[in-house]
Amino acid sequence: MKRKHKRLTFVGIALLLLGTAAALILTAFEDNIVFFYSPTDLIDKNPGPDRRLRLGGLVEENSVDKQGGGQVVFRVTDTAKTVNVRFKGLLPDLFREGQGVVAEGRFIKGVFVADDVLAKHDENYMPPEVAEALKKSGQWQGTEKAKSQ
Amino acid sequence: MTAELGHFALILAMFIAMVQATLPLIGAQKNLPVWIELANPASYLQLALTTFAFGCLIHVYLISDFTVVNVVQNSHTAKPVLYKVAGAWGNHEGSLLLWVFILSLFGAAVALFGRNLPPAFKARVLSVQAMIAIGFYLFMLFTSNPFERVTPAPLNGTDLNPLLQDPGLAFHPPMLYLGYVGFSIAFSFAIAALIEGRVDAAWARWVRPWTLAAWVFLSGGIALGSWWAYYELGWGGWWFWDPVENASFMPWLAGTALLHSAVVVEKRDTLKGWTVLLAIVAFSMSLLGTFIVRSGVLTSVHAFATDPARGVFILLLLATVIGGSLALFAWRGPQLKSSGVFQPISREGALLFNNLVMTTGLAAVLLGTLYPLFIDVVGGAKISVGAPFFNAVFLPLMMPMIVAMAAGPFLNWKRGDLMPALGRLRFAFILALVAGAAAWSVETGGSFMGVIGIALAVWLAAGVLAEITERVRLFKAPPAQSLRRLRRIPRATWGMSLAHFGMALVIAGMAGAGGWKEESIQSMKPGEIVHVGGYDYRFDGARKAEGPNYDLVLGTFSVFKDGDLFVVLNPEKRFYPVTQMPTTEAAIHTTLMGDLYAVIGDEEGTDGKYVTRIYYNPLVVWMWIGTLVMMFGGGLSISDRRHRVGVPHRRQPLAPAATVPSS
Repeated sequence: MKRKHKRLTFVGIALLLLGTAAALILTAFEDNIVFFYSPTDLIDKNPGPDRRLRLGGLVEENSVDKQGGGQVVFRVTDTAKTVNVRFKGLLPDLFREGQGVVAEGRFIKGVFVADDVLAKHDENYMPPEVAEALKKSGQWQGTEKAKSQ
Repeated sequence: MTAELGHFALILAMFIAMVQATLPLIGAQKNLPVWIELANPASYLQLALTTFAFGCLIHVYLISDFTVVNVVQNSHTAKPVLYKVAGAWGNHEGSLLLWVFILSLFGAAVALFGRNLPPAFKARVLSVQAMIAIGFYLFMLFTSNPFERVTPAPLNGTDLNPLLQDPGLAFHPPMLYLGYVGFSIAFSFAIAALIEGRVDAAWARWVRPWTLAAWVFLSGGIALGSWWAYYELGWGGWWFWDPVENASFMPWLAGTALLHSAVVVEKRDTLKGWTVLLAIVAFSMSLLGTFIVRSGVLTSVHAFATDPARGVFILLLLATVIGGSLALFAWRGPQLKSSGVFQPISREGALLFNNLVMTTGLAAVLLGTLYPLFIDVVGGAKISVGAPFFNAVFLPLMMPMIVAMAAGPFLNWKRGDLMPALGRLRFAFILALVAGAAAWSVETGGSFMGVIGIALAVWLAAGVLAEITERVRLFKAPPAQSLRRLRRIPRATWGMSLAHFGMALVIAGMAGAGGWKEESIQSMKPGEIVHVGGYDYRFDGARKAEGPNYDLVLGTFSVFKDGDLFVVLNPEKRFYPVTQMPTTEAAIHTTLMGDLYAVIGDEEGTDGKYVTRIYYNPLVVWMWIGTLVMMFGGGLSISDRRHRVGVPHRRQPLAPAATVPSS
């Protein structure tokens, strides 16, 4: 094999790998990118139950109802609109009423069925998406820098 | 007083670094021996000053000096001593101080152990180290001073985030930083080589032990972080493809590729430009990793510290280091002539294949990690890219490499023959098929990836054993001769075999935990039993108690196997009154076949009913064992006579040339 051909072999392998990676990334993007919705977005756009998505906002005060068997129902609000969320599992340690929360799951017939609930591991941390959503609905009162310590 | 002394030491260290970054470099260009010699004492002085500053910070933590902001924000008088010390680096400012401390430690180590380096080359390396240090000193002194005072001083501190009050996480940052910063040595060597316009076998032999050391620490740091997430977050998972995890994984991918390509430079005098580029990439990823964690630019469960104000400085620093080094590479890289030629099927070919896969994987992880940020910056939708994306992209990309990993060591340098290599792997192939079939038969509806993973792990492990068998000519030569050959295997070769074998164990652990995990969430009354993963868990109730600086709910599970008591598990739910934060302490009983993992949640009602979460995580322990084996392999390789730090010499005819300025 000539030197040029040897180099071409590796260029070929590299291109093949990159091509495979690109194909994998594109298909995975198609299926696995999760869009973020505020309660207002979710109700206005109603994306249907086919896509996984994230819902972020504040856990409404006095809305958490532990129904037994690890089943929890609560409401997420951006103070303009409110969405009911159903979740089965252990809530994260920092899940609290009045605090920011991000739930991941599907929006099925007006109820957000979450399979994952993320509260940030910090008592005064506001997920950026939640802060954004609250700002959009004009309800943002916190300081610009929701700095955690 | 102590705080001011620490602050002053940092300022002084910065000026020393400025001297070290310029004079030796000029000295090397103009061949001024006195200026060249300056690099050594400057490195030692920097180490002394940063050690002093770091000691000052630990001291103010130990005595709980609440006139220092950093202590107020991250400590409390009631905190155990270990976490007072660990608190010093469990925050943005302190971790930066740790970073420069380790950087100067490595710099001084190069000065001390690099006696055999050509003096001009060593001066250039230490200058580049000092340049990196200047960036960090400036960043610290202007935006993140760990010694800042506060008046009036509060009576007590606000405590360290309780999630971080954990032995695993106390040592996670130092380990990780030893890895990140360790790559700075490879980077400095690469930049110095670009300045000189020359890379040779001796260069590769100098770079390898440092890169290996960084790789060993980084592997350990990642595993510690993963282990911590596994038992502390209480989700039964060990890797979430969270941006912060990716941040530590990307330098590891680049560093692993660098290790392998440096072998080719050393043995075959080729792939030079590529190796230098990998050294630049590995350190760039380390920098990116440091800042992704600390800047809070990415939404992340790890976003402990959030301050966009520092972002500008970070971006500038990243742009200068990465942009500058890549520009230098573009300018000087083409001068690095390679002499070795090789066939695609050869040891070099296999190592290059490893590099291609590693870098493609790195690119995919980088894309997935930064894409949401990019979309956000250009004003698109808020999106997140999570574990399913990375699993779908990264795992298939890695598979061909694992397959090739077993065959690579059988190939000869320059020109290899695939058929005999595959012939020697026939037993490994059969074993892998059998293991895959066995795994398939106990398939419980988990991902099919698990089955593939088990087969690949067995293939790789058996391949490593086959390689050693072949090396000692077991059963082909008299046993005495085989034994003699076994004893003569160089440590570096043992290191490779062990690292590969460790990788096989890690893959087995990941496949087991990924493919056959069992999970059960329910609320349980005392006396109630659930069945998970072949064990019966009886909930015996929970009681309240008090820890050193927290209150806790202590649950008790009696676990039965076939009616006999197997183990008692005591998961805790803690509440830290100072930070008003609860944490979950999972109870884990580890067996070689799998972990029994129980978590207690909130009380439901008043009759002692609790929400509980129980997992069976098969083979998890092999991930940790495998990592230790990999680290041990790396350590063994460093201790090889040929690689021992400071040992390599440039071949004699070349030595005088090294002191002559190349431009």
